[in-house]
Amino acid sequence: MAEVFTKTAARNIYIGGSVFFVLFFLGLTFETTRSLPQRDHRENLTEAVAHGKMIWEENNCIGCHTLMGEGAYFAPELANVFDRRGLANEEAFKAYLQGWMAAQPLGVPGRRAMPQFNLTVQEVNDLADFLIWTSRIEDNNWPPNIEG
Amino acid sequence: MKFQSQAVAKPYFVFALLLFALQIVFGLIVGLQYVIGDFLFPYIPFNAARMVHTNLLIVWLLFGFMGAAYYLIPEESDVELYSTKLANILFWVFAAAGVLTVAGYLLVPYAKLAAFTKNEWFPTMGREFLEQPTIAKVGIVVVCLGFLFNVGMTVLKGRKTVINMILMTGLIGLAVMFLFSFYNPSNLALDKYFWWWVVHLWVEGVWELIMGSILAFVLIKTTGVDREVIEKWLYVIVAMALITGIIGTGHHYFWIGPKPYWLWLGSFFSALEPIPFFMMTVFAFNMVFKRRREHPNKAALLWAMGTGVMAFLGAGVWGFLHTLAPVNYLTHGSQITAAHGHMAFYGAYAMINLTIISYAMPIIRGQGEAAPARAQVVEMWGFWLMTVSMVFITLFLTGAGILQVWLQRLPDSGDALSFMETMDQLVIFFWLRELAGVAFLLGLICYFASFFVGEKTQTIATVDVR
Repeated sequence: MAEVFTKTAARNIYIGGSVFFVLFFLGLTFETTRSLPQRDHRENLTEAVAHGKMIWEENNCIGCHTLMGEGAYFAPELANVFDRRGLANEEAFKAYLQGWMAAQPLGVPGRRAMPQFNLTVQEVNDLADFLIWTSRIEDNNWPPNIEG
Repeated sequence: MKFQSQAVAKPYFVFALLLFALQIVFGLIVGLQYVIGDFLFPYIPFNAARMVHTNLLIVWLLFGFMGAAYYLIPEESDVELYSTKLANILFWVFAAAGVLTVAGYLLVPYAKLAAFTKNEWFPTMGREFLEQPTIAKVGIVVVCLGFLFNVGMTVLKGRKTVINMILMTGLIGLAVMFLFSFYNPSNLALDKYFWWWVVHLWVEGVWELIMGSILAFVLIKTTGVDREVIEKWLYVIVAMALITGIIGTGHHYFWIGPKPYWLWLGSFFSALEPIPFFMMTVFAFNMVFKRRREHPNKAALLWAMGTGVMAFLGAGVWGFLHTLAPVNYLTHGSQITAAHGHMAFYGAYAMINLTIISYAMPIIRGQGEAAPARAQVVEMWGFWLMTVSMVFITLFLTGAGILQVWLQRLPDSGDALSFMETMDQLVIFFWLRELAGVAFLLGLICYFASFFVGEKTQTIATVDVR
């Protein structure tokens, strides 16, 4: 076996295989960046949505929640919270989120607690716009049901 | 020690282990918060504790990798390290940046940290695992560049072996992929696509090169098997890692925006990702069976075989369990993911670091080729306690995940339990996981204690003097 399969052959598989798959991956990435605009509806990405994403990040929301299934698994999925709590109605969702954010922490003993982030009305609205925009990304129909 | 400069690895190893201990403490805190939701609230909210737990993991592994490189690159290259002074300076820069970042997470609310470090000038914060303030990320890049320059110059002036070339490729890849952490577009779908270039292409890409070369180095030293044989294995292992792992990134592109063809590509290639880990296991056992010498460091050999097995189970088997798109549709972002994450990180990357530390520390400390037999016994107790505990942590989280999928994901919208109701049903699993976590901590204490166990004769000598 040692004579048939030499170290040089192994090295060639390593170098050839990696170069081939790096190039293949770059090609797929090129295709994805070309096709993504039809799926992420970026034409609706307003200033408010962008600002909402910044608020999402600067308060480390991902430290407890998942967003499109990625993040921490301590608190509910939020990419579909617009459908779940806002019943897919923008005004209803914004009103709900204002009330929810203002009520934190709920102070139920033993319950997982969400901090009070002291966001302004405008900031909560932008956060809502970000979550609404996120809920409309084409994601191959994940999650399986409304509970996320 | 073959070269004096290899000793610069020592502070890296020691600091890595201290951060590891702190990581476990915070793991116990977040584990407890899973069952006592308001534990330590509002002083250490879950998001801060979890961020400390995961970031400490990343930082201690990086310290370990750097220590490993500083130790093995001079020996492989057969020359002294290019600059021990630079290595020592970078140690303090990296340690200071790490301590400040973690202190920032704990002492002020995250939004305050973002404001204080001017995140709005160049927003990169608030994405999972990449929570470090932008300035801290710049610090990591500076440290990595200095480090790569130092070890790169060493390789250039010395012997080029397969091990140090593959290790260098892995380390350069690590630094290059990290640069994508600076790309944070407002478009979440794009952000997520390239976020995985850091996270996936690290742990299922270039880090496997680092792991493979460290394992190969330790096996050459401890088994005395011919370098030609070991290097051939190493080539095949890292070839399989990259051939499967690069397109395997696609298993993260199922539900975050990219087109459905990723369901096929991601499923197919990531289903092959266990192969390189399986080969590492076969490699380690094979080399140990074929050994041409009896190395006195039994503990290092145990770690070397253990990391292969546990990486295969955690990254390979537990990864495969939920990587096929139809399964992942139900398990994505559930406790199954957490189960896989724990065993994979421990088995592959925590244990490969503990392997090189186990091999190199006795030599650096002047204990000869190995720590005293009694110390090794205590170390092996640490090995088994930590490893078995991690198996149980993984099993309990898997149980929690299966029940979660059953209650929350499988039923139709009207019948499914909500997330919070589901969590109430999983409490027993989370308590058991916490218990296993405590056992892990006991193992860690054993492991730390092993560094302070001397030879029996020395103990008697001290008593005599008294």
